[in-house]
Amino acid sequence: MNPRIGPDQPAVPTGSAKPAPALPFPAAARRELANPQLRANLRKATSTIQAKRALRQAETPDWQELRSAAAAIKDRTLRHLDHYLLQAEAALIEAGAQVHWAATADEANAIVTTLVKRTGADEVVKVKSMATQEIDLNEALAKAGIAAWETDLAELIVQLGHDTPSHILVPAIHRNRAEVREIFLAEMRLNGAPAPPDLTNDPQELAAAARVHLREKFLRAKVGISGGNFLVAETGTLVIVESEGNGRMCLTLPQTLISVVGIEKLVPTFQDLEVFMRLLPRSSTGERMNPYTSMWTGVTPGDGPQEVHVVLIDAGRGKALAEPTARPMLRCIRCSACMNACPVYQKVGGHAYGSVYPGPIGIVLTPQLRGFGAAQTRSLPFACTLCAACADVCPVKIPLPDLIVHQRNKAARHKQREPRPHLETLAIAGAGWAFRRGWHLGLVGRLTSLAGRLAGSRTAIGPLPWPASAWTRARDLPVPARRTFRQWWKKQQS
Amino acid sequence: MALPGQGMRVGLFATCINDLMFPQTVRATVDLLRRLGCQVEFPPAQTCCGQMMTNTGYFKAALGSVRSFVKAFDKYDAVVAASGSCVASVRHQHTMLAGRVGSAKLEEQARRSAAKTYDITEFLVDVLGVVDVGAFFPHRVTYHPSCHSTRLALIGERPYQLLRAVAGIDLLDLPEAEQCCGFGGTFSVKNPDLSVALASAKAANVMATGAEYLVAPDNACLMNIGGILSRGRAGVKPIHLVEILAQTEVAAA
Repeated sequence: MNPRIGPDQPAVPTGSAKPAPALPFPAAARRELANPQLRANLRKATSTIQAKRALRQAETPDWQELRSAAAAIKDRTLRHLDHYLLQAEAALIEAGAQVHWAATADEANAIVTTLVKRTGADEVVKVKSMATQEIDLNEALAKAGIAAWETDLAELIVQLGHDTPSHILVPAIHRNRAEVREIFLAEMRLNGAPAPPDLTNDPQELAAAARVHLREKFLRAKVGISGGNFLVAETGTLVIVESEGNGRMCLTLPQTLISVVGIEKLVPTFQDLEVFMRLLPRSSTGERMNPYTSMWTGVTPGDGPQEVHVVLIDAGRGKALAEPTARPMLRCIRCSACMNACPVYQKVGGHAYGSVYPGPIGIVLTPQLRGFGAAQTRSLPFACTLCAACADVCPVKIPLPDLIVHQRNKAARHKQREPRPHLETLAIAGAGWAFRRGWHLGLVGRLTSLAGRLAGSRTAIGPLPWPASAWTRARDLPVPARRTFRQWWKKQQS
Repeated sequence: MALPGQGMRVGLFATCINDLMFPQTVRATVDLLRRLGCQVEFPPAQTCCGQMMTNTGYFKAALGSVRSFVKAFDKYDAVVAASGSCVASVRHQHTMLAGRVGSAKLEEQARRSAAKTYDITEFLVDVLGVVDVGAFFPHRVTYHPSCHSTRLALIGERPYQLLRAVAGIDLLDLPEAEQCCGFGGTFSVKNPDLSVALASAKAANVMATGAEYLVAPDNACLMNIGGILSRGRAGVKPIHLVEILAQTEVAAA
């Protein structure tokens, strides 16, 4: 039985459909915090990956030098991006690939849709790719009657579960194996080869069910779609780093291969790859080496895809490049070490962010790519305690806390331009005044010390009404000092 | 024998939160530095490091803090504060703020003041060269290494060195010590649910140690974790590291 449905009814589960209008982060976080299963799954997964990553760092004596080298290579590439992009284009064409340029997500989707339609195919197999998720390619293809099958195991779980990814590397991090079993039993039969009815939640059995389900699609597909971890400018070589071999299948079996690659994915030379091939697996999965690394340079006659397309996308990257305080985020190699290290991410997972990019890199990248117009994107840079754990683990040394503060500055400027006054802008104006002169703060101290004396023998303040409730609903507040330090010092001196 | 701080003139940066909420920490800093021979002065023109405004995104509003800081501490050899977070802000953010919304002159002044600003633990260990400050604190304590102190001010092992040298102390390991307590400045009120979730996890780890005191190099974290402990009547007292270092056998008796 062929489960494919005609062009009028795309068969793909509505896996990557965006959830109804994303809530601003604080409300979304509250929703996710209420899910104890999610908390347990996240805690287990992030602590395991973190421990493995730390082990790899500890056993690599030149780790800090590698990070500095990676940052330097990326910065140099970004500084001369115009040059390297043209070099890459020329090398790709020379090797038999066709190069397409897309300024926006919509342009990229239109190009890919046209390319797929031209082959006559009504389905594609996909290698896990952040770029295509960022531009909502699956949704665009579905609209055109083309089914896009995700083939990465975790992406399959997400797609079959009518769900959205919650992590860039382990998109089903929020699911445990009992949940995976239920999804496979219910959904696989609706979308292709069914799961065996006696499926248990044993990881090997689950993987075997996925293998059978996916193999049918690999062998049938005429078109493969990928992203790209790296694009080597001097040779036009594309690189995909993966763990399951599904990528290898998608990159070699179909007749047509379309790769959607962000313009920041360039590295100048083949030799530069060395640095990243050491950093990426260690930072992402905590492995010394990832199981499958695929590299291809255009078309090899008689071997693999005979029609190779590369769609280079800007989609906001050029604008980030133009801003010195945003530029370092383009170094990102999507390893996900920052989100694993992030205390906020560990508690709420990826769905709270309403973006394909969650965690520390997500809260700088998402507003950068989408703009600060919506309250949801404006709330993202504040989804952070500035604890700087992310900066310590970033393999390309992105100064994430600094970038986050700069994004907050943009959000604040947006807020200040709005006609209605916000409590926050008023409070900040007050604080700005208090801290402008020593005697201003002295005056404030006289008020707080008066409050402290009025509190009598009390040592802690319990629940208070709004807006103090934000602090005091679950936490006590210390009573302000009856005598500030400034007052004490003055008395000592006199 | 000359005291380690003999002849040193130290500008004391109280920090706004310590000035208004935790003056006992600043007084302990004064006591400790004086005991080590330093001449301590509190220039009243000072206000705060400005990070509450900076980290909420209001760069212009923070500029007054930068100006008052460079003005207040211009004449001192060293500026000392009992907060890694405020010290990190002075070092790391003042030049950025001056460069973005201030002036080249202010940027240069900020660079000079940043270079001589120390967290108390750095000042003791690196500048005065002391680890044993003669403190006595016969209690079970556990130490939370505040994120900004550890990852931005980079005070490293110094607090542990100083604490281990305290007579009578029983220093207990805090599980998941490096994990953030969830304070995060305005994060604590912009994302209160998350802040409380993180602080509760931290408080649970603190209680698991059986310590009487929770010690940290920054009162902001203590206010957050302490808020949970106090509401839960947990019987664990928050205390700033400096307040332990200032305690002596004579004072205790």
